[in-house]
Amino acid sequence: MSALRTEEFIVNMGPHHPSTHGVCRLMLTMDGEKIVAIEPYIGYLHRSLEKICENRTYHQCIPILDRFEYVTAMSCNYTFALAAEKLAQVEVPERAEYLRVIMLELNRIASHLIFFGTTAMDLGALTPFLYALRERELIMDLFEMTCGQRLTYNYIRIGGVSKDIPAEFVPKCREAIKIIDGKVDEYMALLNGNPIWKARTIGVGYLSPELAVAYGVSGPVLRASGVKYDIRRDDPYSIYDRFDFEIPCRENGDVFDRYMLRLDEIKQSIRIIEQALDGLPEGEIKGKVSLKFKPPAGEVYSRVENSRGELGVYILSDGSDKPVRVKTRGGSYSQLQALPHFGAGGLIADLVAIFASLDIIMPEVDR
Amino acid sequence: MSPTPFILMELQPVFAWIYELLQSLGFKGDLLTVVVYAGLGVTVFGVLALLALYLVWWERKIAGHIQQRFGPMRNGWHGWYQTMMDGLKLLQKEDVLVDTRDKPVFFWAPIICFVAAFCAYVVMPFGEGLIVADLNIGVLYIVAITTFTVISLLMAGWGSNNKYALLGGMRSAAQVVSYEVPMVASILTVILFTGSLSMVDIVESQSGMVFNWFIFRLPFGPIAFMIYITAATAEANRTPFDIPEAEQELVAGFNIEYSGMKFAMFFLAEFVNLFTVSAIAVTLFFGGWQGWEFIPSWIWFLGKTFMVVLLLMLFRWTYPRLRVDQLMEFAWKILVPIAFANLIVAGWMKHAGWYW
Repeated sequence: MSALRTEEFIVNMGPHHPSTHGVCRLMLTMDGEKIVAIEPYIGYLHRSLEKICENRTYHQCIPILDRFEYVTAMSCNYTFALAAEKLAQVEVPERAEYLRVIMLELNRIASHLIFFGTTAMDLGALTPFLYALRERELIMDLFEMTCGQRLTYNYIRIGGVSKDIPAEFVPKCREAIKIIDGKVDEYMALLNGNPIWKARTIGVGYLSPELAVAYGVSGPVLRASGVKYDIRRDDPYSIYDRFDFEIPCRENGDVFDRYMLRLDEIKQSIRIIEQALDGLPEGEIKGKVSLKFKPPAGEVYSRVENSRGELGVYILSDGSDKPVRVKTRGGSYSQLQALPHFGAGGLIADLVAIFASLDIIMPEVDR
Repeated sequence: MSPTPFILMELQPVFAWIYELLQSLGFKGDLLTVVVYAGLGVTVFGVLALLALYLVWWERKIAGHIQQRFGPMRNGWHGWYQTMMDGLKLLQKEDVLVDTRDKPVFFWAPIICFVAAFCAYVVMPFGEGLIVADLNIGVLYIVAITTFTVISLLMAGWGSNNKYALLGGMRSAAQVVSYEVPMVASILTVILFTGSLSMVDIVESQSGMVFNWFIFRLPFGPIAFMIYITAATAEANRTPFDIPEAEQELVAGFNIEYSGMKFAMFFLAEFVNLFTVSAIAVTLFFGGWQGWEFIPSWIWFLGKTFMVVLLLMLFRWTYPRLRVDQLMEFAWKILVPIAFANLIVAGWMKHAGWYW
């Protein structure tokens, strides 16, 4: 009998697919169940955020950029504010800096909780998603208490923050991070020892540090591959140099390490929040910034360590009250770019796990 | 096969009355048998369809409570008629058809799936004397008819002319055929000790104490049960073995192109299968309808079966899903050797007389 004649076929995964986290479209060349090649197609969520910013004043850009990376909208607020402050040399009061750090780290925890839930769901365990959202709810309540919003906060403004925290925020926040700290241990107990979970994640989707650096991959994905690079430590912004925290780093660069690294990061964020709550000074929450904010002509790039890697904002100013050009950089874009080079070769189920472990969200890719 | 006499105890007067009624209406001979069997079939079908609807609700409640939410709450007390409303909705829905489908294959797949799922109940002893037909090849019949589902899944996968559906169909074929082997091997250990394939004989040979249940009586009974329940989870396409559907990978797998009532048929069949594998587990390992006599036997049967269903539901809402190659490896490298070793040991112990 002659050998069975087979041929490769193309599967269109997305833009509407349960595990592409939005509207990512991957064209998969498959040999049976095995993936031969991946080709990402992007642009389905393009809302021209950068272009809209060119027609707004600096203050009006902040609610627009809330939508840029909506899972951690605080970081977007902050990165833009940081860029504008750098450009105009605005002094930010001490209390505002502390509040910013608390909010940024709370938002990082919320984002990592979403990651934990969606990754578990993509691997078929539906229950952890609900657990993760339950804990995220505590953080959302804190945000709601502070700025009235639960997803797009518009909280961090140029020169400070929009509102001071209410009196009950600090005890509630301490309580929330204490609960989350305990729950993270519970998550690890639920999944880490599970043989199915291990079989699905360990050794799957190896991303070499060389490839990661070559494609500009940053954030937890990069650190899981063994490159200890964190902007909070390597290019400190705000007041991160005052806090004592570790940069979790792992060696294997597989799905399991990326998942564990984010849970480790939650623990470190909790440490930072505790210290920030302890050291929270009294005082002003906003520096002197006029409503007709006009930075001098020039250009500036600010970057922060977001939960998905380096989040950067570039502003080109001509001295008017509107930026000439705003360019944003999200970590997801680089990670999606690297995906075809290390994601292929496994089964379709592996790709789902890898995609989940990169924690890509599409608005960051299609700006 | 000669028409098996009904072994009816509790419902004897009712059936006697129906028999007389039918005879007085002029039915006799073969026609009478056909009418009575048809009536029984419709009754069992109706009961099971209701049961499957109820199981969907139950699963959603269990999932809800595991996940710190309530599940359906709006329709009736704790949403008890939610699934009936869902069923009504699916009935009204437009049956969206793909132009490129393979028409007959696409059409027959849900029907075969649905019918095959219910056929197993012909030989299911619901209670003392509550059985449609006590075939002398009962277990063989059940194994054969439950495997029939795979043909329908393969047909659905092929007929949809969709790559996701095709992958789902192929996966289900590979999975069900593989897991059939350890499942049958573990069933065989029970057969070895009863010496009969009849479901009624199997139940009756476990009469008496709890320790006469085969899970305790068999050499390594718990192992045989674990093999069975693992293979049965795979057979019923449930997490961690639900790769033919694998929502996060194949969107919906084999039933991706089905909508409306055709989808509902697959969906109901899935829950009927869930109940089937649990009922077989109860019959083979937990003494079927046997129990203290002051509780009716069918309550014992349903109660025990629901316990096994609960176990399978807890699996589903706790575990992640296996990958397709790991699934096959698990079947052939772990389950099959254990199942056959278990069978050989059981056979040897039976031969040596080391059992009670």
